[in-house]
Amino acid sequence: MTVIKTTNLTKRFGKFTALDGVDLGVTEGEIYGFIGPNGAGKSTTIRVLLGILKATEGEVKIFGKDAWKDAVEIHKRIAYVPGDVNLWPNLTGGEVIDLFINLRGGNHKNRREELIEKFDLDPTKKCRTYSKGNRQKVALIAAFSSDTDLYILDEPTSGLDPLMENVFQECVMDVKREGKSVLLSSHILSEVEKLCDRVGIIRQGKMIETGSLDQLRHLTRTNFRVETKQPITNLGELEGVHGIEENSQTLSFQVDTEDLDNVIKHISPFGIVKLESTPPTLEDLFMRYYERKDPSSDTGVGGAL
Amino acid sequence: MTNSVLKNTGRLTRFIIRRDRVRVPLWLIGITFFTLIVPIAYNEMYDSQQDRDVLADTMRNPAMTAMVGPGGLDNYTIGAMTTHQMLLFTAITVGIMSILLVNRHTRADEEDGRMEMIRSLEVGRLSNLNATLLVLSIANTILALINGFGLYALGIEGMDLEGSLLYGTTLGVTGIFFTGVTAIFAQLTESSRGTIGFSIAALLIAYFVRAIGDVSNGTLSWLSPLGWVTQTGAYSDNNWWPIVWMIGASIFLFFFANYLNAVRDLGAGFLPAKPGKKYATAFLQNPVGLALRLQRTAIIAWAVGIFVMGLSYGSVFGDLDSFFEGNELLEQMLASEEGFSYTEQFIPMLMMIMSILASIPTLMSMLKLSGEEKKSRIDHLLGRAVSRTRLMGSYVIIAIFNGFMMISLSAIGLWAAASAVMEEPFSFGTIYGAAMVYYPAMLVMIGCTVFLIGYAPKLTGLIWIYLFYSFFVLYLGGLFDFPDWVGKLTPFGYIPQLPVEDMEVMPIFILVLISITLMVSGFVGYNRRDID
Repeated sequence: MTVIKTTNLTKRFGKFTALDGVDLGVTEGEIYGFIGPNGAGKSTTIRVLLGILKATEGEVKIFGKDAWKDAVEIHKRIAYVPGDVNLWPNLTGGEVIDLFINLRGGNHKNRREELIEKFDLDPTKKCRTYSKGNRQKVALIAAFSSDTDLYILDEPTSGLDPLMENVFQECVMDVKREGKSVLLSSHILSEVEKLCDRVGIIRQGKMIETGSLDQLRHLTRTNFRVETKQPITNLGELEGVHGIEENSQTLSFQVDTEDLDNVIKHISPFGIVKLESTPPTLEDLFMRYYERKDPSSDTGVGGAL
Repeated sequence: MTNSVLKNTGRLTRFIIRRDRVRVPLWLIGITFFTLIVPIAYNEMYDSQQDRDVLADTMRNPAMTAMVGPGGLDNYTIGAMTTHQMLLFTAITVGIMSILLVNRHTRADEEDGRMEMIRSLEVGRLSNLNATLLVLSIANTILALINGFGLYALGIEGMDLEGSLLYGTTLGVTGIFFTGVTAIFAQLTESSRGTIGFSIAALLIAYFVRAIGDVSNGTLSWLSPLGWVTQTGAYSDNNWWPIVWMIGASIFLFFFANYLNAVRDLGAGFLPAKPGKKYATAFLQNPVGLALRLQRTAIIAWAVGIFVMGLSYGSVFGDLDSFFEGNELLEQMLASEEGFSYTEQFIPMLMMIMSILASIPTLMSMLKLSGEEKKSRIDHLLGRAVSRTRLMGSYVIIAIFNGFMMISLSAIGLWAAASAVMEEPFSFGTIYGAAMVYYPAMLVMIGCTVFLIGYAPKLTGLIWIYLFYSFFVLYLGGLFDFPDWVGKLTPFGYIPQLPVEDMEVMPIFILVLISITLMVSGFVGYNRRDID
């Protein structure tokens, strides 16, 4: 079942087009990684999903309901953590957590204490004394204390230390085990790689890629390090070989996934001494998509675009 | 400096002066400006001794004494008048200046970690505190001198050199005294908010102890440093020895602050930081509760202020008639009606002023909604199961009640003080009715604010211009002979002038209708637009 579904979502602020026909789909029980550079439209998309901004065009459905008209009804089943958590300076963290849990309407609080301990937060301190990380903890504790069906997390870990990031990841895995859905916008690619079932990449208001990590990897290049008895010749003339670097005896290069077979056939006669291959990291993917100045002019690897 | 704990105090002093080279002069210029402008204005307004004696008579009542302290009413020269009406409040302003400046260079620097960098240099443990005390002492001395000589230089009759110097010196030593007070709280508390809070509280307590003492038991006033301020009696009694007291007390405070600073760790305080609440009360856990909690302090402060304002207006009701008689300027401002006393004719004007003042906290509590939006804290609520209507409704309800409370408090204060000083006091109904009749105009102002928040969130500031316009045309309308329609552009211009005129239901009904229309359309707009 689809939890979030946007069709041709477009949002304009005056003349500026922030979102240009975004199609996003999150299915029940999955963790969806939403990545893109600053200003790409991640937060705008999320704020449209929450009914805080009104879509200029297109359809936005959450749990099959309209995100704008049925916002309150939808929000009873959503937990949201913004990237920049601004809190009221004269309330304590504990007060804010209680307020947040209560405003969702009729949720149980039994996980509150457990999470406060896990995240190592002092709930008696006023919010003005909290660092960015601690303010994020307040929002995360409130979110994970509530029993909801969908978690919308907008760069929730940008201020957390590695230890707390682990706690966060455990929390996300816990809710996934309970069959809940998560939309995770993030800059920390290792986190997305670890947690997410599917990934969508947004750039300049357009979704440029979406799919499982395996699918996305398929669309890119594998890294090779090869040592052979005889020097490999004519490698650069082969289709799909990129970035050749020679380092004493070792050759490093990348190969397009669809040309793997040809390349291996070409190099094996030279007598392989050592062969290392590493799958592309999300970072490679990310960099490749972002570096392109104009997505439409690039036909992409393997016709990805 | 041979003494190691005071090493480089001189350099830090110069450093503080460098940091405050604009701030301190601005304070000094501002305070001096008001000190000098007031006697000039008094000299214009009350140019005969007869006028001044009439004013002195209106001042002879407990409410006025509680507010500004006793004064030289028997020989009410321009000088005595200035001392009576201005010295205490100016001294309080100087006190606030000292509090803010001392905090800035002591606890605030410490809290933000700047002091740690200073202390890691070749600087003594007590150098910063003493550099601060030195700079503040110099600043207050300069303040004393320019105010003293400045007043004398005005050359107004009844403002002699001794009185002028005493006036200036009183201001200066008050500043030095509160420098000492703040220096101690900077050691005691752990945060700059705490330092300012405790110091201002000390100032307010000093004010109220003096107020109670001045109207009941004179010895109580001697317990308050602000009591000493009014006891100097510049231009009339010219008592110098409260000054000696103040200097002595300040020296003690300076030494005590040094002692406290010497025995504590950097960053630490003596008063433990109180842990806050771990859980939210049931009251806080809904939008209305949250909105109310966020404005709690402001609402209470305004309520007290508005009530005191009502009291102070009421306290002059006993002598208003004699005061108005013969003052052409004031007579001109009142719509002259046969068969009514000046006091009665003054009521509608007064109520208009009070309702516009009461509108300020009312509109502030409505505008808090857009303030929260600008600080992007609204997302927390709208991202949860809170509808926009419910959110805006919370603020509208609070604003409506706030306005009702403020205008009521001003009327109650006015009535209470007026009935204490008048021989034939007005009935409560007369006063309260004359005030409440303005409430619908306040509702229209709330309606306008709701409308702006709904449709033009970036232009919400316009409401203040509209409110100021209302005040300007109605308050000065009689003076400038504005055409009628100018006054009819504001809801305050449609209010029946009780008790001089008869009550009219129609304009009230229409104003309420307009306010409802504005609010409803504001809600519609708020439900349609993007949240910033």
